[in-house]
Formats: sequence, C-alpha cells, structure tokens
Amino acid sequence: MSALTKAQMADRLFEELGLNKREAKEVVEMFFDEVRSSLERNEQVKLSGFGNFDLREKGERPGRNPKTGEEIPISARRVVTFRPGQKLKARVEAYAGRESE
Amino acid sequence: MTKSELIELIATKQTQLSVKDVELAVKTIIEQMSETLSAGNRIEIRGFGSFSLHYRAPRIGRNPKTGESVGLAGKYVPHFKPGKELRDRVNAFLEQEQAAVHDDQS
Repeated sequence: MSALTKAQMADRLFEELGLNKREAKEVVEMFFDEVRSSLERNEQVKLSGFGNFDLREKGERPGRNPKTGEEIPISARRVVTFRPGQKLKARVEAYAGRESE
Repeated sequence: MTKSELIELIATKQTQLSVKDVELAVKTIIEQMSETLSAGNRIEIRGFGSFSLHYRAPRIGRNPKTGESVGLAGKYVPHFKPGKELRDRVNAFLEQEQAAVHDDQS
C-alpha cells in the first residue's frame, strides 16, 4: 500500500463522518497547520493516544562538508522530535510481532 | 498544545462545523494515522513531515531490579522525520528570538 496522505485523510472524513469534501479537506489542512504553528511558537504538542511533538535546542557543533572534507560548523538550531505514546508503541509492536511469526 | 486545545482552535476557525464534528474529525485523523503505522505503512504530509517505522534489533536486556538477563525480541518503533518547511520554520523562530535578544542588549 502507498503512504497515507492528506487526500486520503479527507476522503475518510467524507465517507465516515459525512463532512462535505471542502470541509473535510479544510479540517485536515488545519490539523497540520495548527500543529506546525504551535511548534513554531516553541510550544510542545501533545496528542494523547498518539504521541508528543517536542522541541529541542541544539548548540553549535563541528561538521564537515561530506564532498570536500572541509570543516564547517553546524549552527545552533531548534529541532522537532516525536515521542510516540505508549498506546501507539504497543499497537506498532503488536503488528511487528504478528509479521515475524 | 493538547488535543482538546487543537480541537477548539480548529472549531473557532472552521465555523461551518460544530465542536463535536471537529472533535470526531481530529480523533478520526489520529486513529487513521495510528492504524496506518500499525499496519506497517508510511504517512507522508508535504510541508510537515513523514512517519515511518524503524526496526530495533533483538538484544539482551537486563531487569534493573534483579540484574537478571532477558532476551528482548526485535521490534518496530514509530519514527517522525520533520519536513523541510517545518524544520525551517521552527528554526527561523529561534533565529528571530536570538536577534531580539541581541537588539535588547545593544
């Protein structure tokens, strides 16, 4: 199966909840826009049952241009990390367990 | 921001739908994402990022209380890779904040 995209999420809201196609598309867009805006404001996002999106500040560290081997510092930056919740981890593990049997 | 805050934010901006409708929609989106990963498939959201599974090899673990060794099977764990737009936007804010601090000091 191909990857899940916003279009398929909107289709499901249309089919399962009876939202019209425009509303379904808007809600899916807003979902990701609002999560992104929150992270931009340096505010963690907690989606219970799924996981948390956290922000981490990383200091400057030495890096290297992989092509030339030249040393260039990697500037300080803020990055997003995702910590899956217990429920999601358990569901994913249950699947992987079935596959390997 | 929590799930209920997200629901309220969307409901405020999406005036066609009731809070109840938005709540069901948000829960359905999250459920579909969980189902997709639990079935071993990827999620790809342009401008936001992608979710996939990473394999963790089997290893010998230890019970921290008794010190006893236990064999742990290989498993899959969910992984998120932020997309370029999300990375850039989160980082741009850090740069703005730092610039503001410099302005205050000068």
